[in-house]
Amino acid sequence: MVELTIDGIPTRVPEGTTVVEAARDLGIVIPTLCHHPGLSPYGACRVCLVEVAKGKRSSLEASCTLPAAEGQVIFTNSARVKATRKVIIELLLASCPSSKTLQDLAANFGVNRVRFQIKDKNCILCGLCVRYCKEQMQSGGIGFVGRGTGRQVATAFSVTPEECRNCGGCEWICPVCERACTADRLVNGLCGGCQNVFPVETCPVCVNCSQSVGAAGHKVYY
Amino acid sequence: MGALRRVDKNCACVESIIQSNGGGKDSLISILQDVQAEYHYLPEKALRRVAKNLGLPLVQVYGVATFFKAFSLKPRGKHLVHVCLGTACHVRRAPAVLAEVERHLGVAKGETTPNFEFTLETVNCLGTCALGPIVMVDEKYYGQMNVGKVKKMLAGYKKFSRPKRDEKIKVSA
Repeated sequence: MVELTIDGIPTRVPEGTTVVEAARDLGIVIPTLCHHPGLSPYGACRVCLVEVAKGKRSSLEASCTLPAAEGQVIFTNSARVKATRKVIIELLLASCPSSKTLQDLAANFGVNRVRFQIKDKNCILCGLCVRYCKEQMQSGGIGFVGRGTGRQVATAFSVTPEECRNCGGCEWICPVCERACTADRLVNGLCGGCQNVFPVETCPVCVNCSQSVGAAGHKVYY
Repeated sequence: MGALRRVDKNCACVESIIQSNGGGKDSLISILQDVQAEYHYLPEKALRRVAKNLGLPLVQVYGVATFFKAFSLKPRGKHLVHVCLGTACHVRRAPAVLAEVERHLGVAKGETTPNFEFTLETVNCLGTCALGPIVMVDEKYYGQMNVGKVKKMLAGYKKFSRPKRDEKIKVSA
């Protein structure tokens, strides 16, 4: 067992637990995109960034791949984390504005502009489908092909592989395919539908939890 | 394994290449390097065979083959001509050297001569900027290149398809 502090709350977790799991045990929600409990940690989307205090300094690390360590001091919702997370959501939106999951995340975290050029690739390269195919279906029909800006999820030689059993798991787990944003128009990469327009007020007293339910009903968001 | 063989229909030599590399999944890259040395590119059949023999999903082998620039899925020539267009070479007129090589070989950059003797590619730095402009043919570096030296350099290698006069004008124009 290791003892660590998350958002000022001391906790004990078994060795090998990641910080995101330890935080969820405490009820602290850290947003994630590429993390899935049934798949190996990947650390691709960086939405789950947390601040780790190290003496007088601190560093930002992806909590889904960060193992809990003895005496660790973690902040999941500091000003630095919030600012960085907003930029990351903006970057993800710029490469894939058609995802409802991403649009909801943007609304939840108060992202109201995208300062980057929109290049819709319809994929955020989170690797969920690739890991699902390999780890859960033991298949390995799809994978990453190419490199750098040309990297994409594809099959070998662009033909349906023998290994594919048409399970549809890759589409099911995809944050883009399954939940395409149905907003009529996107204004500079943001849909402005759903949660951006209709604030959900559920908390009578704001305790500054990590995740909000609506843009307007939470004092964390400005 | 540098000798150019006729591509055997079923890429049978893949088995011996895998054996000589130990036959493990972790030696995938060195296996692909040897396959590339054999055929000068990675034929689809060879990749399928490698995947089957190593027990890897084909897409993993394909992903590695497309990740590294050293691997090619398109047939390439016997000799690889790399013309450096890095900053140091560029200011010393590497583009003129490239144009001259293109004119001699009769192909544009990224292309292969029809007789599969030469493939012309550009790189962004070969790491020997003091010698620039630099051209690398196979493993050999040719430093301080200029337009006049190109012909002699290429003549040192085997035959290359010399374009006819009218083609020459077309390429250089």
